[in-house]
Amino acid sequence: MKSLRAYALAYLAFLYLPVLFLPLFSFNNSRFIAFPFTGFTTRWYSTLFADDAMLHALGNSLEVGAVTALLSTLLGLLAAKAVTQYRLRGTGALLGFVSLPLFIPDIVLGIALLLLLGAIGFPLSLAGVALGHASLCVPFALTVLIARFEGFDRNLEEASADLGEGAWMTFWRVTFPLVLPGIAASLLLTFITSFDEFLLAYFLSGTEATLPVYIWGQLRFPDRLPMVLALGALILVASVALVVLAEWARNLGVAPGKKSIGA
Amino acid sequence: MAFLSVRQVTKRFGDVPAVDAVDLEVPRGAFFALLGPSGCGKTTLLRMIAGFAQPDGGTLFIDGANMNGVPAHRRPTNMVFQSYAIFPHLNVFDNVAYGLRKERLGKQALRARVEAMLATVRLEGLESRRADELSGGQRQRVALARALAKQPKILLLDEPLGALDKRLREAMQVELRALQRTLGITFLLVTHDQEEALSMADQVAVMSGGRILQIASPRELYERPVCREVADFIGQINFFHATVKHIADDTVTANAGVLGIVTLPRASFGFPFAVGDHVLLALRPERITLQRGSVAGQITAASFLGERSHYQVKIAGRSEPVFVASSGAAPQGPVLLGWAPDALIALPFTA
Amino acid sequence: MAEGGNRAGYLLLAPTLAVMALALAAPLGLLALYSLTATTGPVLEGGATYSQYADVLGRAGYRALFWRSLGISALVTAVTVALAYPMAYFVAFQAGRWKFAWLIALTIPFWTSYLLRVFAWKIILGYGGVINSALLSLHLVSQPVGALLYNPFSVVVTLTHAWAAFAILPIYVSLEKIDRALLEAATDLGDGPVRRFLRITLPLSMPGVIGAAILIFVPTTGDYVTPTLVGGPQGSMIANVIAMQFERIGNWPLGAALALASMAAVGVTAALFVAAARAATQAIK
Repeated sequence: MKSLRAYALAYLAFLYLPVLFLPLFSFNNSRFIAFPFTGFTTRWYSTLFADDAMLHALGNSLEVGAVTALLSTLLGLLAAKAVTQYRLRGTGALLGFVSLPLFIPDIVLGIALLLLLGAIGFPLSLAGVALGHASLCVPFALTVLIARFEGFDRNLEEASADLGEGAWMTFWRVTFPLVLPGIAASLLLTFITSFDEFLLAYFLSGTEATLPVYIWGQLRFPDRLPMVLALGALILVASVALVVLAEWARNLGVAPGKKSIGA
Repeated sequence: MAFLSVRQVTKRFGDVPAVDAVDLEVPRGAFFALLGPSGCGKTTLLRMIAGFAQPDGGTLFIDGANMNGVPAHRRPTNMVFQSYAIFPHLNVFDNVAYGLRKERLGKQALRARVEAMLATVRLEGLESRRADELSGGQRQRVALARALAKQPKILLLDEPLGALDKRLREAMQVELRALQRTLGITFLLVTHDQEEALSMADQVAVMSGGRILQIASPRELYERPVCREVADFIGQINFFHATVKHIADDTVTANAGVLGIVTLPRASFGFPFAVGDHVLLALRPERITLQRGSVAGQITAASFLGERSHYQVKIAGRSEPVFVASSGAAPQGPVLLGWAPDALIALPFTA
Repeated sequence: MAEGGNRAGYLLLAPTLAVMALALAAPLGLLALYSLTATTGPVLEGGATYSQYADVLGRAGYRALFWRSLGISALVTAVTVALAYPMAYFVAFQAGRWKFAWLIALTIPFWTSYLLRVFAWKIILGYGGVINSALLSLHLVSQPVGALLYNPFSVVVTLTHAWAAFAILPIYVSLEKIDRALLEAATDLGDGPVRRFLRITLPLSMPGVIGAAILIFVPTTGDYVTPTLVGGPQGSMIANVIAMQFERIGNWPLGAALALASMAAVGVTAALFVAAARAATQAIK
């Protein structure tokens, strides 16, 4: 088979180029997002940071993201340990059920949660958003953590017990440190997922907007677009940094043949 | 020219020659084995014959045709892989028929050929089984049937019995031998197990470090190894250092240190030698007697292995025990090691 | 360590199951309930009825919408998978030492904000956007091309780009798992590279291909952001109509029925596709 290298590089370009236009035009001194370039400027960035609504939305996103990351990672951790270290019946069905959010269009999830909150009389707020995000992120957390647990040598815990440590200390001295990179990766990935998530936040957030909802609101105003580009560029850079960090953490201490990427 | 002719074939990985200017001639219809420890180059050589690697130097001829540059899928060889490589998405019938699809045999003829192959390896009735429903031994037979279905000029076998348990392995050895005799196809077997090579093959080539040390029949390899490495690799053996003292018309006398002064036939020396030369004398365990002999010793360990027992005998002047194998009851007390003069194998000594 | 018996395992599992039951099972149950209710507003009252579903399945407008959504989704899936396969093949068989680096490079876009990616295409395809302004500057056209945006074409391009990274992973995993000895065996038995690819590599990678196809097809049919931002009226899909029920019109039961009906349609189509793909693969010998 001839080398597909040229194809692969073209594919990579196709993947990255459209997104690279965001930072590119965010430095363009023009209200119009079009060629040709009229000059370099950072004014879109300064107006961005002067925008209180944006900063408020950013704060909301960080809050929701943090809560979602902690909640889904914790739930994922418990479930992953249960599934890999005990032989429970119905594990397959269980994992299938928990993975449902990956296969349901998010609009369906969004309106369903809307109905739920309405039915129990819970007002629309960031808490609802966090719940929805947690539901979405638990499958990701599970995947990362199950992989980490499966690579875990059970003999290590037995050795620890053999050498005199009880269950809690064994967990603290042996299990936890070894699973920690997986936990870190899960926290990072679920945070990013929540931070970038739009649709559920749109339906469930009520008056407090998250950052993506804020961006959506700005899209109607053509003269706000360059600012949105600046914001988008910053978000992209941050996401990439976090993802690289997460994938690195995920594969810490894993044999080269067993490294895994992506969900 | 022999049926398979390997001439000065070399293969390098980096600076290291995995196969170093090897010459080999395999006659048509022979069961030939390449024997050696891991890393000796036997598998590399096999893969070059199959076409999965191209030699860096030398030429390969199969039935008179030069194979250099001929890709694997066009060579008249077929291989039984070490892991069997049974296609998991096809059943037994389709696996065996795989290489025949291109030959356009027509449905009847194809079916007949596949069924004949399955009968040959005694797997009739299993046509619709899938790979994961087969035992290790069955998979091996499928691999065999699949390779033989194309009626290759040479059948290559890459450590085919390694994954089987002992009983099955021994049974398969006998079967493969019989199969080869019946079919008359040239078999080339690669293995690190000397028992396997000796029991199945007509001719064995012992390899080490990319080179061939000796090519001979199993018996000759066992009784007349040409160097220490071959002697050591085949079966168990005891080595003794000796200096040649006197050469007569048909005997040679040597000072064999702990064994004393020994005589052996001159014909036992397959290499040039002179008085005063340092040589190695080797003795197979089963050629040493414990009762009537000339060297005193004490049995330090004994294991009962059914038909015979293996002993370790400590003698004066030698830290390593002498390995002796004999049937019959274990003698009590001290023993006297003895041997017939022609039991001594003379080997060149290289420092 | 499973000394406490499986009880400890179930206990560990309980919190996660509880939250998922609250966040997933209950809402979906409610959705089903609503879809069968007789009211036209947000409150759950009135008797049970199938009238919403009759509405959904009966009206030609809705049926056309369903077909269009399924069609766009199927097209996106086909194009994405077809483009992704050679890429996955490259990484699995030809990337050598750089495999890991390639995988990271391919995964990063997957984690960036979907909203931003769609927005990027909006500015690229727009009337005064990146492509048009470039074409004008280079004097390749005298007027901007209006047909790039606000139609099914823009939806397909945007979604294909959005899913491009997703599709690679399942295909790569199944290609990677193929025992290289099988490929050698096929060669040994007489197959050249092309025949070997068609008879061994392709069938054995089918589970990954099918997985990627389902992964893309199912959520795409119900996608909201792309049709809204770049689809325009011609490129609108089911999600737009569902959202309308909840945002403006207020007919929640109808929205619920639309949602569930669309999920059913997607499920059936996906099942048919998987069956067909499996049958086709079995036929390869």
